[in-house]
Amino acid sequence: MSLTLVQVIAGGLLLGAVYALFSSGLTLIWGMMNVINFAHGDFVMLGMYVAFLVWTLMGAGPAAAVPIAALVLATLGIVCYFALIRHVMRGPMLAQILGTFGLALLLRYSALWYFGANFRTLPENLVGGTLQFGTIRIESSRLLAGVVALLVTAGLHLILTRTALGSRMLAVAEDAAAAELMGIRPDRMQATAWALAAGATGIAGALIANFFYVAPTVGETLGLVAFVTVALGGFGSVPGALVAGLLIGVVESVSAYAIGAVYKDIVVYALFVLALWLRPQGLLGKA
Amino acid sequence: MKRMVWPMVVPAIALALAVALAYPLVLTTPFQQRLGALVLLYAIGASAWNIVGGYAGQISVGHAVFFGCGAYGALASYQHLGLPPIAGLPIGVAVSVLIAAIIGVPTLRLSGHYFSMATIAVAELVRLVVSDTEWLGGAQGLSGPPVPRTVLDLSFISAVPYYYLFLAVLAAVLAVTWQMERSRIGFYLRAIRDSERAARSLGVAAPRYKLCAFMLSAALTAVAGALYAVMFGFIDPESGLGILISVKMLIMAALGGAGLLFGPLVGAAILVPLEEISNNLLGGNGAGLTFVVYGAIIVVIARFQPGGILGPITVLLRRHQAPQRAASPPVGA
Repeated sequence: MSLTLVQVIAGGLLLGAVYALFSSGLTLIWGMMNVINFAHGDFVMLGMYVAFLVWTLMGAGPAAAVPIAALVLATLGIVCYFALIRHVMRGPMLAQILGTFGLALLLRYSALWYFGANFRTLPENLVGGTLQFGTIRIESSRLLAGVVALLVTAGLHLILTRTALGSRMLAVAEDAAAAELMGIRPDRMQATAWALAAGATGIAGALIANFFYVAPTVGETLGLVAFVTVALGGFGSVPGALVAGLLIGVVESVSAYAIGAVYKDIVVYALFVLALWLRPQGLLGKA
Repeated sequence: MKRMVWPMVVPAIALALAVALAYPLVLTTPFQQRLGALVLLYAIGASAWNIVGGYAGQISVGHAVFFGCGAYGALASYQHLGLPPIAGLPIGVAVSVLIAAIIGVPTLRLSGHYFSMATIAVAELVRLVVSDTEWLGGAQGLSGPPVPRTVLDLSFISAVPYYYLFLAVLAAVLAVTWQMERSRIGFYLRAIRDSERAARSLGVAAPRYKLCAFMLSAALTAVAGALYAVMFGFIDPESGLGILISVKMLIMAALGGAGLLFGPLVGAAILVPLEEISNNLLGGNGAGLTFVVYGAIIVVIARFQPGGILGPITVLLRRHQAPQRAASPPVGA
């Protein structure tokens, strides 16, 4: 195995950790209330623009951008939940898909209208330069993104499995009526899930913005990556999203390296279609 | 019961048909005629989507792939075989049905969300592959005949011939849908949509009927794509396979009323003029704003009226019939 390949795989793992982070929000919402948020990628896009604004207005880097993006997006998540989601989730599936799809268009094209279609980038050395680990060289922005993403994903998983809040949320996911009889307010738990999920996308967006172009349509691409990750990992499973995210990051990097950057998305979607054929419940999902 | 509806519905349809036939003769500017043709074209696509999305309740977000099959089938057969574009229609339809089977067989056994995700992913996959296939024009796209060689090229300067062509095709698509709605498969599909578990427990082979609906829908969507290619004489990955094509079909059907015969036509008649006129007024910068409005409309429908505009009207009509139905129980309906 050549050194370049090791380097490519390391890069893929770091990118995959970020994929896992924003996909875990999507999988959380799906697991909690059987809603697929088609606007998920556009939440990430907004997180990226928050980081961009934090830099242009305050001249600050990710240390400020990440918490601000998390807060802004979590608030947006709560607003979306109360204004739209809690109404459409009782309706037919068409209403859910329409509702979140409409939200996606609304966010994407509001951003296009406001920020323009130009690709923007944050200054390259906002986060350090390049680090050398033995023979592997890694940009520190990617390393930061990967490590923070891993920590936040793990934190999300711990919140769900180890805290009282997590138990209450899972209780609502299992049977909202029974949970309500136990004194848990389903509305509040579902709103919390939206806040956590959207906050996670905000963090992911603010981290990605340090090494990725910022554009209004970037949410379309990232949203599709999140769908593939969630479907591959198993709907509702945060560890599944982590495994699938890392896998997709590596597959993407290796195929970009081995057969060309144009083909990396083709390989990822083909993998997804194949997974739907062979293991529709996902890698770590229950049948 | 069906007979009771006739006195109300027949004049309404006759009136709508008369209006549709007279439209390009009354409104004669090229913009208005082109607008009319576009409304009908999108209504064909949205009506095709309606068969699987509305009647069977399986929400496809990737119908652009079938639209693209039709469009590319038409222009590829011109480019490579020198045939009139419309002669490529059967190829487009065949490929479309094949892709529908490939997506549908594994995913229609699962819950509806898998189907939605699979359609979106396959459409995106096909768009990327086509963008990279020289034979299909790559990212540049394919063009139709620059000047019409024979009338079979269906290349006209005026939009009026397209208008009547599309009107005829739309009538055929609606007739097929209407026939399906009243047949055994139509009843099965609605039963599946309302409760798949209940339908299965009564012995309905749900996946098979959903697949039939999906393949029929795919075939008719390919027809819409071929007609688009014939009218515009140009297709590229974005205009033929872009995600917005899928979204438009879905939205038009849902705005008018998914699962209702005339829902997609009503939706197209509202959204196509909205888009064309706002693009005209706002110029190049308007495209973004148009979709902001699109998004807002969709959110509002989903939130307040998921049955679409025709939904409440249909409910009123049914309520109106209810007493009559009680007076004369349906015989073999």
